[in-house]
Amino acid sequence: MRSDIPLFPPNASTMAVHVDHFYLFMWAVTFVFSIGIAVALVYFAVAYRRRHRDERPGEIHGSLLLELVWSIIPLLLTVVMFVWSTWLFFAQARVPDDAIRVNVVGKRWMWKLQHMTGHREINELHVPVGKPVHLVLTSEDVIHSFFVPAFRMKKDAVPGRYNETWFTATQPGRYHLFCAEYCGTEHSRMIGSVHVMESAEFQQWLAGGPAPVSPVALGRKLFTERMCVTCHYGDSGARGPALNGLPGSKVALLGGGSAVADDTYLRESILTPAAKVVAGYQPVMPTYAGQLGEEDVAALIAFIKSLPPLAGDAASRKASDLRSN
Amino acid sequence: MATTVTTPITQERMPKEHYLNADYGVRSWLLTIDHKRIAILYLVSISIMFALGGIYATAIRLELLTPAGDLFTSENYNKMFTAHGVIMVFFFLIPAVPATLGNFLIPLMLGAKDLAFPRINLLSWYLYIVGGLITLAALFLGGLDTGWTFYTPYSTAFSNSNVILAGLGIFVAGFSSILTGFNFIVTIHKMRAPGMTWFRMPLFVWAHYATSLIQILGTPVVAVTILLVAVERAFDFGFFDPARGGDPILFQHLFWFYSHPAVYIMILPSMGVISELVTCFSRKKVFGYSFIAMSSLAIAVISFLVWAHHMFVTGLSVYAAMIFSALSFLVAIPSAIKVFNWTATLFRGSVSWQTPMLYAFGFIGLFTIGGLTGLFLASVGLDIHVTDTYFIVAHFHYVMVGGVIMGYLGGLHFWWPKITGRLYPEWWARVSAVLVFVGFNLTFFPQFILGYLGMPRRYHYYVEEFQVLNVLSSAGASVLAVGYVIPLFYLGWSMRYGKIAAPNPWPATGLEWQTPSPPPTENFPVTPEVTEEVYDYPNLRLPKETVLV
Repeated sequence: MRSDIPLFPPNASTMAVHVDHFYLFMWAVTFVFSIGIAVALVYFAVAYRRRHRDERPGEIHGSLLLELVWSIIPLLLTVVMFVWSTWLFFAQARVPDDAIRVNVVGKRWMWKLQHMTGHREINELHVPVGKPVHLVLTSEDVIHSFFVPAFRMKKDAVPGRYNETWFTATQPGRYHLFCAEYCGTEHSRMIGSVHVMESAEFQQWLAGGPAPVSPVALGRKLFTERMCVTCHYGDSGARGPALNGLPGSKVALLGGGSAVADDTYLRESILTPAAKVVAGYQPVMPTYAGQLGEEDVAALIAFIKSLPPLAGDAASRKASDLRSN
Repeated sequence: MATTVTTPITQERMPKEHYLNADYGVRSWLLTIDHKRIAILYLVSISIMFALGGIYATAIRLELLTPAGDLFTSENYNKMFTAHGVIMVFFFLIPAVPATLGNFLIPLMLGAKDLAFPRINLLSWYLYIVGGLITLAALFLGGLDTGWTFYTPYSTAFSNSNVILAGLGIFVAGFSSILTGFNFIVTIHKMRAPGMTWFRMPLFVWAHYATSLIQILGTPVVAVTILLVAVERAFDFGFFDPARGGDPILFQHLFWFYSHPAVYIMILPSMGVISELVTCFSRKKVFGYSFIAMSSLAIAVISFLVWAHHMFVTGLSVYAAMIFSALSFLVAIPSAIKVFNWTATLFRGSVSWQTPMLYAFGFIGLFTIGGLTGLFLASVGLDIHVTDTYFIVAHFHYVMVGGVIMGYLGGLHFWWPKITGRLYPEWWARVSAVLVFVGFNLTFFPQFILGYLGMPRRYHYYVEEFQVLNVLSSAGASVLAVGYVIPLFYLGWSMRYGKIAAPNPWPATGLEWQTPSPPPTENFPVTPEVTEEVYDYPNLRLPKETVLV
């Protein structure tokens, strides 16, 4: 048993130091108020202790001024807390454009990760130091939560949708990865580690081992094998909308309304095509639920994203028009 | 210390007839419609539940002494923390103060003979018992491993434990809570004695009024939510399971829509107790009566608008998170107002350090830390790191144990002479109050640090560097346990051997002190008329019929 008591986890991401500063500010406020209240209580309790059985202290009715003061001061303090913590939150919510993407799938009781180079890992994540890493998370079963204390970062992996978060590691080393959302019997064993490496070392790690199949390549293969290609590609155009330029665009839906074609939309359209049907098409696509795993779906989405925008098809033209506006 | 502790006023003999000896036999208790006897039924029932929940807590703290999960299997460990949470939240904390002290005192404080619907009051107790037995059956016969939060899709599609049965028990007990709230609201509106205007009501009553509003508005939502979980599990409906077209996050919205206000169902009645204690033991009018009363209502209203602060890492939209963060900060203000007013009440008072006041001091201290650490969680940017860790566990134990139980024990000691007609032994009571306070801090303060270090909650195994703090926490828990066990003995002892209490032993204002201890079944021989302002301590007179010792 170690005898030292650390107060902070390792400080290994660009966010960590900012979160720590805010945390210390919050403790400072907590101590000032708690000790202030405690000192006042003890002082009053001693100074005005009952000296005779029949004491009758004088009347004090209250004071509007005091009530206002001790309502407004905490209110102002909470405004400071709100602005500061929301600023932190926005920094954590905005994924940098140059981030390298890693897909994360939670499954009882392991973490499955895939780099865009195709490298797969389980319960381990290798990342280069100083480079933003964009995590896109989902789950194959129940809700999990991807938590790296050294990065002050946590995000739920929720089945049926994609969540995203990011970090930039600042210190090479090995850090704990925990599942933070209770997920059943072996919840506390769903742990692993993040290895932060120097850039050269990371390149070496990528080069080692057999050449992996990238998600785009796997997606291309699935796109043909699963017959997506018969309705959704090139000039076949009749039965399904072409997918070139679709990701990120706004799609008009059958029966009115529209949706933004983000990853969650693409995933749903593959697994539950009847949920949102594109305007001008029939709901004829079969469901792929139960036939494709989360990694397959992620590969298909990566492939769809890699398609170059095409001219000559109504749907893709409409999509690219919208994007250029 | 040259402080004069006033001895509570005693008398030579008990009143000849009172609610406790008005009738004898098991039947006279199980079929009683006297709110005071029903309060006793609840007192016994929740004490048993508290002891059960405490046994589970002991087992959890023992397991966490070492990083390896070596005492129990993971499956059993998960069932134990689930049982601890379910029992403590639904069957102890929620009914703790309202069903016992509230039931006993609200009619007395208002000058009424009983609650508005005495039979419904008894029905509430039976619903609590039936719900409790169903849930206990689920916990003992196979167990439940979902955590007290029943998160989907784990609870609906993956758990192999007794989800439906346990949920059914909670569903039934929920109606007990709804009916009690309904009964209190009607009683407070319609049964006040002549002269008992709204702003002459003790703050204890105001706090229960606010609590009752939350109970009747919030509890039906959690009842329906649990029903949906059961239906999805039993009949394969797709409400929450994405594999069946549902949305697992929808469950969290519905669950926390009730379960966040439920925190205030637990804490508001205790706040009401503290207002009574602070005034009596400083012999002062409460500072800022209307601010304390209205802050209870403000808490009840705002508490319904903050639920999503439990969900900042689920993928909630950035703007929704901002709004819920701002509203969560706002709920801190009425709580702060209460703390400042209680403290100011002591100013230039005549402060006596008897056991109930020690508990009130403890409450104010622990609730202040519990409340302020809540602000850490309203701060989205920081909540991301600490949510689902031991920081959360520490925070809600400061509020729900540090706050609720300190208030409950303080109130129980304060009104013990009224309930039983006898005094508890002061020395022992002080020892246990100090042990509870010290043990509590030793148990839960290390958990704030553990949480920031990154130890997730509900972890059976943990990494080695968290051990020292876990050992500290378990050591503190053993002190806390001793503090909780001692009152069981001396309160039990006092029921037979304690000194006989005068009608108004402290003495205190309030109608409940103007009737004999213990009160007669009909509460007041003659309906009292209220002519004084509330907490009129400056003009407090010692009742004539008392014998001073």
